[in-house]
Amino acid sequence: MPLLEVSNLIVRYGAIEALHGVSLSVEQGQIATLIGCNGAGKSTTLRAVSGLLKPAKGSIRFDGKEITGVAPHEIVRLGVAHSPEGRGVFPQMTVDENLDLGAFARPRSEKDQIRKDREKSLDLFPRLRERLKQLAGTLSGGEQQMLAMARALLARPRLLLLDEPSLGLAPQVVQTIFQIIRDINAAGTTILLVEQNAHMALKVAHHGYVLETGRIAMSDSARVLEASDEVRKAYLGIG
Amino acid sequence: MDQLLQTLKDGVTLGSLYALIALGYTMVYGILKFINFAHSDIVVLGAWLSLTIAAKLLALMGIVDPPAWMGAVVLVGAMVACGAVGFTIERLAYKPLRGAPRLNVLITAIGVSLLLQNTGQLSALFGTSPRRIPDLLPDTTLLSIGQVQLKLLDVVGAGTAIALMVALEWLVFHTKIGRAMRATSHNVNVAALMGIPVNRIISFTFVLGSMLAAAGGFLWALKYQTIKQTADSSWVLLGLKAFVAAVVGGIGNVRGAMLGGLAIGMIEQFGAAYLSSSMKDVYVFTILILVLLVRPSGLLGKATIEKV
Ligand SMILES: Nc1ncnc2c1ncn2[C@@H]1O[C@H](COP(=O)(O)OP(=O)(O)OP(=O)(O)O)[C@@H](O)[C@H]1O
Ligand SMILES: [Mg+2]
Repeated sequence: MPLLEVSNLIVRYGAIEALHGVSLSVEQGQIATLIGCNGAGKSTTLRAVSGLLKPAKGSIRFDGKEITGVAPHEIVRLGVAHSPEGRGVFPQMTVDENLDLGAFARPRSEKDQIRKDREKSLDLFPRLRERLKQLAGTLSGGEQQMLAMARALLARPRLLLLDEPSLGLAPQVVQTIFQIIRDINAAGTTILLVEQNAHMALKVAHHGYVLETGRIAMSDSARVLEASDEVRKAYLGIG
Repeated sequence: MDQLLQTLKDGVTLGSLYALIALGYTMVYGILKFINFAHSDIVVLGAWLSLTIAAKLLALMGIVDPPAWMGAVVLVGAMVACGAVGFTIERLAYKPLRGAPRLNVLITAIGVSLLLQNTGQLSALFGTSPRRIPDLLPDTTLLSIGQVQLKLLDVVGAGTAIALMVALEWLVFHTKIGRAMRATSHNVNVAALMGIPVNRIISFTFVLGSMLAAAGGFLWALKYQTIKQTADSSWVLLGLKAFVAAVVGGIGNVRGAMLGGLAIGMIEQFGAAYLSSSMKDVYVFTILILVLLVRPSGLLGKATIEKV
């Protein structure tokens, strides 16, 4: 049974239908990636999974449990963390406070475990450790991305939703971020990765989905997609 | 010298009152980005409830001079009742409009304000004429410097306001729920993704703002004793000045509201004492215009910088 199973998802913004029946699934322990052009509906899909948007139709199951229509703060408690597009760090709070908020949903009884997870996150992103007292709004773009990911990890998610973690970052930083995504996954967290950088995304992912204007156009193993002519032409800029 | 001391004293007592009321405007704006027009009506309700509770208690106990603890009971009673009213208003009037255009919410707030003003004047409630609140504190003078008298009333009034603000400051900046309030005010969606129950935080904010408004109403009643009927236009001016205080301090900023309240109180009193007392409202709005010209986001408001 997949950890996340989305079927026939329809999401509307007012009168505009952004998703016209999207189905996808993410296997336990894997990385799945959702690639597609601007406005295809990638972020919309993630927002529906984390509960920020109420789907008009369709179902979302996490770990076999129906979570469609469940409030976002409850979904976090079930084990889904979402690092949103544009990072969404709290600019007027310190790095420290942002990290604390990542663990907001966890009970006081997990205090020791939270401290350990915090150390682990900071080991993963050593640059954050030097900047704990700095306001998040004054971090560089790459550092903000690291903070958003570290913060999401502090929720101890079983499923991590990442929305364009490489957006606007220098090539070396992109390399680092993708290596960390691999590490997070190797440590046991299942990941649904939304990316414009299809090349890198397909490299780290096990499975890939191509979203075109609110519909899944292709679904295959990342290897196969990487090699397919259509993907190479449309998303990898080759051929 | 006497005049300076007297004006300082008046500025602090009035300013701390404005600050209490300004906090409600600023907290609600911080989270929902709308101006709660009904906020000043909660202040009025707080004043009238203080009067009603005090009068009922005295009648019940069959006494004329209230014991020292009664002021505290009246204050807590008014705060709890106004907190409940604030909660109900948010649930019934504003929550269903979450995500609706801001104009709709604004118009609803004006509607709620009119409803409160006019319901308050029903004869079964507070009626259509001013009334006097029983003296809750003895008219004791604690200290005299020249002509200036520091009364028990002044100390209790400013002390209560300052204690409440210190408590709020602690709540907002040093507790888990305060952190959740700040996160929700920065970004509701991201706050929800952190596992913060944003609807509960919004309710809590309304309750808190309404409780502070009630305290403002109580202190107003203590200071001025005669309480005008709920739809009297003088209340609108009070609400407006407190709102100006919130804007001057930086709307959405809790510390800014406190500073703005004090600043507006001082400016009003100093202007009245040294320039012309008939123009005191003009100074307040002049300062508003000046601040908005020089620092559009208010004294402590930050123009938010977000890297993309
Ligand atoms: N809040 C909104 N209100 C109305 N329409 C919206 C809203 N958010 C997104 N849309 C529309 O829904 C569609 C899908 O948007 P979405 O943000 O999911 O795209 P995306 O695939 O994440 O694109 P990008 O790669 O540019 O981030 C777009 O046509 C967009 O204009
Ligand atoms: Mg997007």
